[in-house]
Amino acid sequence: MDGQPLTEAEMISRIVAGERELFHALIKPCERAVFLTAYSVLKSEADAEEVVQEAVLKAYKALGSFRGESKFSTWLVKITLNEARMRLRRSRSESEVSLQELMDDGDGDYTPAVLTDWREIPSEALDRKELREILQQALDELPEKYREVLISRDVRGMNIQETAHLLGISEGMVKTRLFRARLLVQKMLAPDFLTRGWKGTKG
Amino acid sequence: MILNCKHVWREISNYIDGDLDPSVRASMEKHLAHCRHCAAILDSTRNIVYLIADERTFALPSGFSERLHARLESELEKSEPAGR
Repeated sequence: MDGQPLTEAEMISRIVAGERELFHALIKPCERAVFLTAYSVLKSEADAEEVVQEAVLKAYKALGSFRGESKFSTWLVKITLNEARMRLRRSRSESEVSLQELMDDGDGDYTPAVLTDWREIPSEALDRKELREILQQALDELPEKYREVLISRDVRGMNIQETAHLLGISEGMVKTRLFRARLLVQKMLAPDFLTRGWKGTKG
Repeated sequence: MILNCKHVWREISNYIDGDLDPSVRASMEKHLAHCRHCAAILDSTRNIVYLIADERTFALPSGFSERLHARLESELEKSEPAGR
């Protein structure tokens, strides 16, 4: 080796040629993205972790068919999303599925909550487990299609176009779901903080 | 263009993303300047978006990476070369 880091394409061709160990390095930068993707569907850390392991092994086995038309991470995330959705379908009952489907993307009669306590929470406050758990729980309570968009866009930091491409929906739909998701989370967080008061729970 | 509160709520997400026509943006800002209710909703939504974007909010479970690579290691040993 000449000390230059390998490009993604070089790594992949060497892995396919037999240097299996390089696969570890190839997936390393994608770990958070694949975990969050699986989590966005399954909302269970344990299930997400299992799905990621399966998806990564699947990607390894299919690596020879990867054509480099997208980034490797995009391809791996897509495989993970499909695996997670399959697991979800297997695990939940028909009635739950139809309930999810019934929730449309219409505006509904939506009124956001006034939430002055949340206006200026500094990011340093995230060192507190309590705050992280409250945020995670709010996302867990979102319907799946809103959570998928919110995690792709706001947690993973993908843009609208990338999110639309990953989830197989239009950019307009991404924006609509994102609007619903953000305001639903904002509203969900309201009662908690209005009753307890963020500033009153320091310590 | 005069926007009422409901119009403003609909556009808050696009406003946060900077994805609005300048004329709509200007109308929103005009509304926000005198409507404390909508200004509070905008600020809290923006603050929440900022907090969930922080890596600490959704960190990988402890030991996630180690377990993934250990599983991979054991599977790679017994597997055929990739993609064959």
